[in-house]
Amino acid sequence: MPEPYRSFASKVVPLKRDNIDTDQIVPARFLKVTDKAGLADALFRDWRFDENGCFLEPLFVLDRPGMAGRAILLVGDNFGTGSSREHAPWALAAWGIRAVISTGYADIFRSNALKNGVLPIAVDPETHAHLFALVEDDPESELRIDLAEQGILLPDGTTVEFDVDTFAKLMLLRGTDEIGYLVEKLPTIEAWEARHPARVDTRPEAAARD
Amino acid sequence: MDPRPRTLVEKIWDDHVVAEDEGAPSVLAVDLHLVHEVTSPQAFTGLRERGLTVRHPERTVATADHSVPTTPRGLPFLDPLAAAQVQQLDANCREFRIPLHGIGDPSQGIVHVIGPQLGLTQPGMTIVCGDSHTSTHGAFGALAFGIGTSEVEMVLATQALLQRKPRTYEVRVDGALVPGVSAKDIILALIARIGVGGGTGHVFEYRGEAIRALTMEQRMTICNMSIEGGARAGLIAPDDTTFEYLDGRPHAPHGPAWDAAVEAWRALPTDDGATFDRSVVIDASALEPMVTYGTNPGMGIPITSRVPDPAAATDASTRRALERALEYMDLRPGQAILGQPVDVVFIGSCTNGRISDLRLAAAALKGRHVADGVRMMIVPGSDEVKREAEREGLHEVFRAAGAEWREAGCSMCIAMNGDQLSPGQYAVSTSNRNFEGRQGKGGRTFLASPLTAAASAVAGAVADPRLLPGIEAVAGIGGR
Repeated sequence: MPEPYRSFASKVVPLKRDNIDTDQIVPARFLKVTDKAGLADALFRDWRFDENGCFLEPLFVLDRPGMAGRAILLVGDNFGTGSSREHAPWALAAWGIRAVISTGYADIFRSNALKNGVLPIAVDPETHAHLFALVEDDPESELRIDLAEQGILLPDGTTVEFDVDTFAKLMLLRGTDEIGYLVEKLPTIEAWEARHPARVDTRPEAAARD
Repeated sequence: MDPRPRTLVEKIWDDHVVAEDEGAPSVLAVDLHLVHEVTSPQAFTGLRERGLTVRHPERTVATADHSVPTTPRGLPFLDPLAAAQVQQLDANCREFRIPLHGIGDPSQGIVHVIGPQLGLTQPGMTIVCGDSHTSTHGAFGALAFGIGTSEVEMVLATQALLQRKPRTYEVRVDGALVPGVSAKDIILALIARIGVGGGTGHVFEYRGEAIRALTMEQRMTICNMSIEGGARAGLIAPDDTTFEYLDGRPHAPHGPAWDAAVEAWRALPTDDGATFDRSVVIDASALEPMVTYGTNPGMGIPITSRVPDPAAATDASTRRALERALEYMDLRPGQAILGQPVDVVFIGSCTNGRISDLRLAAAALKGRHVADGVRMMIVPGSDEVKREAEREGLHEVFRAAGAEWREAGCSMCIAMNGDQLSPGQYAVSTSNRNFEGRQGKGGRTFLASPLTAAASAVAGAVADPRLLPGIEAVAGIGGR
């Protein structure tokens, strides 16, 4: 069961690249796990390490001094494009990232992130550019993310509002899973199915023999 | 009856909404759930931890495809992690009584190849899988999309999902393709035009005369890469081509049920007067073979064009992205892509691993030989595709040409199973993603059609399939 998502303040990890795909967030060779353990080490693996497992020079932003413990990742447009692997938000969460800020997200990544306590915040291009400028100006700038109020509090005291799916917000604030909601709906689903016969039967014995 | 004209997507959506609570997403019923070894283990663990079970194992089907070796089936897995993952799928399917087409089963193969092949994929259905290329099944007029592992668990437990209604995006493809230009080139051209985020929040509906003229397998190639254009799903209205493909497949309706099903399916196409949220028109007759030069599928160009110059980019972020992509690919701004030497050619994947793809490759390779120093891997999309290819003698054409003929699986498309590029190698690949490291850390991918891939294997460099001798006859080789 996830923890309730609370307001928090953090410095920012800036990663100014557009269209960061899930193969960069977690390369496919790390998808052979059958649990969620160890995925923090896989995060942005090939942007951090060479073939021998040594840190690349210059260091990738996550590995630079002062970046450890930062919970906000500020990225370019259209973050999380590519595959449906939930390993991507699992790895971000395992690293300690609790919010990503971009102008937009790939649909499946957004859905997966919201289920794992990683808030995918979308802001307009002007705000996006302003945040990058802010962090470039002062890398120690701290932002406060308040999901309940749907706001990012900037160091100058101004607040940037953001949209979030109302249902996903409720789930995050309560720390509940969507599956609980669906399981409660089972009587309704069963009643619907009684009126809508199955369209297919996957069992081999149901296959027609020529 | 609803008098308002509706799109194909809206009709399928309306047919599957179970409940709509104020402030919550719709509860959407799922007709068919496809499961594979990579995105399911944590979902089964979740079920056990919550004391839940698989509600409809008979609407669920599993296969092992992503991490399976494509070496001869008698050989053991070299990777203990991959072996454990496949064993866990076996155990999970046994415990929850889910039909499994695992290693050694005659229906084993890439999940998006076997669904249609078995007749499980049918018009009007909702189909999900923990895999973004689930959009492939949209070729049959099904609403099919990829989901995450949390959602896999939800569907296993309830046979339903929480979803917001997607917006609709019409992709109209007019005109006729010239010989040597194929379905893969249509979808690469679309993505190059709208970008990898162009379809976000939308579902594509592919329409127009060029789409109608395609076979089912070609339609699958197009719908498969909807996700590369940012759309979670992409559909094509069912028609006689669809019904002919499905008729007689093992899990398709039979007898009187078939006639009733076809009648219902004929009501699915988008009504006259229905509107889409967005629209784009592509002229098929103007298309060339497409090839990507960069590190996302939107970085594609007609094969006779030159690699873009970052300096000519109109905005800073495009310039940065281009510079970075060309550095990774080690290509020069303005250079021709034709003639760029390649090390590896890969034909396969859920995009282009079906029998008609292999027939095209064989026709292009017949009597020719893969260039010296080039490794060509041909990986059938399923065990059935492999058997059919061998019945037709295609494997002999491939071997005579110096290509490797392998067992079915995802293989070098995702490079989880040991089939991968070495750092710095260039590949022409019929797969769907050219992201950094996608086909092996440091590997460089040019996405292209099977015909372009085969022509390039012979040339040892990116080559234009329209220049293959007898291309008119070759391009006419198809299938269902």
